[in-house]
Amino acid sequence: MRRRILTLTAALALLLTGCTAGNEAPEDGVVRLRFQSLAWQKESVDANRQLVKEWNATHPDVQIDYVQGSWDSVHDQLLTSFEGGEAPDIIHDASDDLADFAYGGDLADLRPLLPERLRADIPARSWETTTFGEGIYGVPFLQEPRVFIANRKILESSGVRLPTPEKPWTWTEFRQITQDLTRTMGPGRYAVAWPLKEPVSVSLNLGLSAGGQLFHREADGRVTVRFTEADAVVPGTIHDQVVTDRTAPRTTLGSGGSDTLPGFFAGKYAMVPLGFAYRQQIAQQAPKGFEWMVLPAPAGDGGLTQGVSPQTLSIAEDSPYKKEAAAFLDFFLRPENMVRLARGDWMLPTGTTALADPSLHTARDGWATGAAVAERLRPAPAQSVRGYPEWKDKVATPAFQEYYSGAIDAAELRSRLVTDGNRVLARYQRK
Amino acid sequence: MSALRTSRPARFGQYVALLAYLVFLAFPFLWLISTAFKPAPELASLHPTWIPKDPTLANFRQAFDEQPLLRAAANSLVAAVAAAVIAVAVATPLAYVTARHRGRLASAATGWVVISQAFPFVLVIIPLFLILKNLHLINSVLGLVLVYVVWSLPFALWMLTGYVRAVPAELEEAAAVDGAGRLRTLVSVTAPLLLPGIIATALFAFVTAWNEFFFALVLLKTPEKQTLPVVLTHFLGAEGVADLGPLAAAAFLATLPSLVVFGFLQRRITGGMLAGAVKS
Repeated sequence: MRRRILTLTAALALLLTGCTAGNEAPEDGVVRLRFQSLAWQKESVDANRQLVKEWNATHPDVQIDYVQGSWDSVHDQLLTSFEGGEAPDIIHDASDDLADFAYGGDLADLRPLLPERLRADIPARSWETTTFGEGIYGVPFLQEPRVFIANRKILESSGVRLPTPEKPWTWTEFRQITQDLTRTMGPGRYAVAWPLKEPVSVSLNLGLSAGGQLFHREADGRVTVRFTEADAVVPGTIHDQVVTDRTAPRTTLGSGGSDTLPGFFAGKYAMVPLGFAYRQQIAQQAPKGFEWMVLPAPAGDGGLTQGVSPQTLSIAEDSPYKKEAAAFLDFFLRPENMVRLARGDWMLPTGTTALADPSLHTARDGWATGAAVAERLRPAPAQSVRGYPEWKDKVATPAFQEYYSGAIDAAELRSRLVTDGNRVLARYQRK
Repeated sequence: MSALRTSRPARFGQYVALLAYLVFLAFPFLWLISTAFKPAPELASLHPTWIPKDPTLANFRQAFDEQPLLRAAANSLVAAVAAAVIAVAVATPLAYVTARHRGRLASAATGWVVISQAFPFVLVIIPLFLILKNLHLINSVLGLVLVYVVWSLPFALWMLTGYVRAVPAELEEAAAVDGAGRLRTLVSVTAPLLLPGIIATALFAFVTAWNEFFFALVLLKTPEKQTLPVVLTHFLGAEGVADLGPLAAAAFLATLPSLVVFGFLQRRITGGMLAGAVKS
């Protein structure tokens, strides 16, 4: 009896875990591709849906099924889908989430699939964000710089010099201006509010403007952390504004961007550094008569350079219809379509032709400022560094949080980022 | 009786503590309702008010315009009701056996099923995904129901075992002495006494399935099949940005079925639990 049960159990297990049938040709001759999009704002979803509709209308033999995913859970969902061989054919994600999937063989190398038009239209610096090893595992198509959203009335009435992309503030000038502004604004009000729920990406990405790099790839391919004078400029400015000058409130350090908006609308803060796409929320939620403007982030030795992790479109390695999926990407990312997607998401397109579109260079809602900064956007410093997520969570986030709140000094920050950080990275780079 | 008497100040303190607890529990829900009816500028106010100054239904309209909430709610309802009914149907006889025939095996089985509740989702999701895929139950509400049943069964079994133990075995023996057969005893004596427990357990299974997000996210592929918690995340953007008004409106609607079910069954549960508790 026991043997019979064991045999039955083994047979059931084999049945359950056995291989599935291979890729079969579609019965009705129509190829169906699943496109999981993370678009979530109405204008953006509408633009995505409309483009899918247009494709489907003109390609009866290759139909796209639009599926809405969620930024909140995309990594876990994709991980499970890849393991189970049920991933969507076309995948929307961010470039800093792709490394594991690319190195894990879950995403298709797009080099033999993409048309030259698309390859040539997107600058090399953007392709770098989706290049892992030899292959390219996603098409970077939308990106957003960090900008300073400012209360126009407060800034103009204070008499401070307004920065432009051609003549931005230096980090030193920015600190001085926030001191002047805070003085004129009166008690309980601050020149700038730093929402630093994610302190690492803000510090590293803006740090490029001062020539900071933090991660250095050695000749043997290993990456080490070094904290130079240049790396200290942006963190030092934020720290001094919060701790020494009191020109930035301590209370917003643990907040997300949205949390600072009520104070911004109430005139409590004159400026808030936010992602470019936050303009949509501001345009929607600002009280009547509230005037706002978009300023470029301060520049240092590296000029207006910033790190970004663009939104990407990838193709699953398991998809049996990679060519068809690439053809859809070619259509979806045509310059005129990229403009529609960019406007829907209030972001900037990576494609040079799309970026040149006049509608993205108007002064209204600060589009021109963003577009002017676009060519200075570079891959986020650490996105292809193995071990970066652990370094970020275990070492850098708490270290930056403590530094910005005044709990530790610059020497301690440096020690933690470098000593503890290199210990973490070394584990991932043992050969 | 005198031992139960409390002084006035002590009673007052008890009421204050109870009130504070109720306010604490109700706070998120009341805030959700308040947010759902606020226009965009009020959502971004530095001094938020409990009662919206200019209440609006725009958030509800936007939520329904942008997402298929009704279809998602219907999917959630089917999955949750089916999971609750099946879980209770399977757990009740198992609980009866476990409660009435105590032994090492029963204790070990009960212990194991309770421990299995502690397994994190990510530990089980990939093997589960593979099994369901081979059974062709990915992107199927039936597959999701199966998962929910398996997931809620241990706790349902544990709950029901407690309820069965609370039914005195002497009552069943008395019925047997009076000539009732095994089935008659179970149907006429045990089942009515167990009903509040069955309802409470079904409620637990329903709410668990109704609120569940991760399995539904991973197992359901097409928009037509997605459940309400999955659709709610579509109001969230990258880095925690949210379309707060429509999200609150949709979340408020999502909590209503649970509240209605609780409200409808609450008297039944408490009434049944207290029935016969006091000797005359």
